[in-house]
Amino acid sequence: MRRVVITGCGTINPLGKNVLETWDSFAVGKDGITELDMPDLGRLASRVGGQVRSSSSPYQGENSKVPLNVDRVTSFVSSAASEAINCSGINFDSSTRESSAVILGTAGGGLNTQDESYRRIYQEKKNRVHPLTVPKLMHSAPASQISIEHNISGPVLTFSTACASSNHAIGQAYSMIKSGQILAAISGGAESMLCFGGLKAWEGLRLTAREKCRPFCATRDGMIQGEGATVFVLEELEHAIKRRAEIYAEICGYSMTSDASEFMNPSVEGVFRAMKLALNDAMFNPEDVGYINAHGTGTAINDKIESVAINKLFGLGKNSSYVSSTKSMHGHLIGGSGALELLSCILALKKGILAPTINHIRHDPLCDINLVTNHAIQFKVSKVLSNSFAFGGLNAVLALKSF
Amino acid sequence: MILDKDVIIKDKIFQILADQAQVNFSELSLTSSLVDLGIDSVGVVEIIFKIEEEFDITIPYNSSQTPLKNVDFSRADSIVELVSNLIVENQSS
Repeated sequence: MRRVVITGCGTINPLGKNVLETWDSFAVGKDGITELDMPDLGRLASRVGGQVRSSSSPYQGENSKVPLNVDRVTSFVSSAASEAINCSGINFDSSTRESSAVILGTAGGGLNTQDESYRRIYQEKKNRVHPLTVPKLMHSAPASQISIEHNISGPVLTFSTACASSNHAIGQAYSMIKSGQILAAISGGAESMLCFGGLKAWEGLRLTAREKCRPFCATRDGMIQGEGATVFVLEELEHAIKRRAEIYAEICGYSMTSDASEFMNPSVEGVFRAMKLALNDAMFNPEDVGYINAHGTGTAINDKIESVAINKLFGLGKNSSYVSSTKSMHGHLIGGSGALELLSCILALKKGILAPTINHIRHDPLCDINLVTNHAIQFKVSKVLSNSFAFGGLNAVLALKSF
Repeated sequence: MILDKDVIIKDKIFQILADQAQVNFSELSLTSSLVDLGIDSVGVVEIIFKIEEEFDITIPYNSSQTPLKNVDFSRADSIVELVSNLIVENQSS
């Protein structure tokens, strides 16, 4: 079996417009949740979110065919992918392009385009929408944009599995390289659901926090949405070594499970099994895992269930692996969450910095985990786990190790 | 006789074409062809949208019809003539 490594990273999210800014933000525990900048704010019950502040794709790279007329989510992906590919130094030429893939995750696709189009026809009663509405809003648009921009002509896929979309996409890319089906992949996830309709939809679920996201805290009151994209270059190890690429981490385990029980609430058994299978796939012992980036949405139910499952597998309280939820800083990026959270795992492996769970006021005895609270810590780790548990009972866990 | 409103229609159409082709307004003339301006089939559809929005008319264009019936979208002058006629029809209906 071949080995799979990460040779490039790129991102644009509420904590920064590139990887270095994001890592700095993780290290200082920056709070990226702010009051939303959008019209009709008064009609929203929760007026905060993790917005990407720069209005245009900041990273064009040398090779940019500047995307015209694309949805916000696609412009995020374009920026992140350009950074990742430039960072990795990989060339998509006749020897690589047909055996390279683009595999991305997004829960909602081009939702801003949808929202604007609906507003036009239903609210403004206009009889025509922009001609490119369909190619802009389709879920596959971001992946296609990357394929066109960077001349990648192998498999181009998009996974839409709610909050597990990123981990499923990255896991799929990992599996395809491991099995020899492809040589390299541009993989990650994105979401831009901070449009009025999207926010109203989440409001309806009554699990949005008013001010801050406080995962695992006794006073937590729900999740807060964020937006952005994070993209990686995944590559077969020998190919990476031959071209002397810098290696950020090795992906060595991946699990996909389904709870088959409830649509909204995770099950302890499902979460436990997903983590256990990822450990088995990576051939990790639980006690060797130095850090877990939890799904940790900040809802009453997720954090409790996830804590119990972590206890069962890794032990209780301080005897267990370090855990944090970076959603406290960047919000829940839905389909883009797993990819951004993987960046914190790479920070842990590469630089021994464990990002904190900020806004933590009081310990919840039902969340008896070894939580990194409010301030990042320096701690050398060589094996990490990243959890994503989605509505519909879908679970995807990635295991990484240092190289 | 060239009326002011004819000039306004022509200028607005020229501006839309110039923006789409990403050229200066001054580079356009009535004999400019869309192909020569580098405007492809997707670009044509976008121009139609902008013209319909600007003048509140409906252009009966279907890209699958060849040859295009009654709708010559190949040159600036044919577009101006088409739009002017549609505006008059619109006003009289």
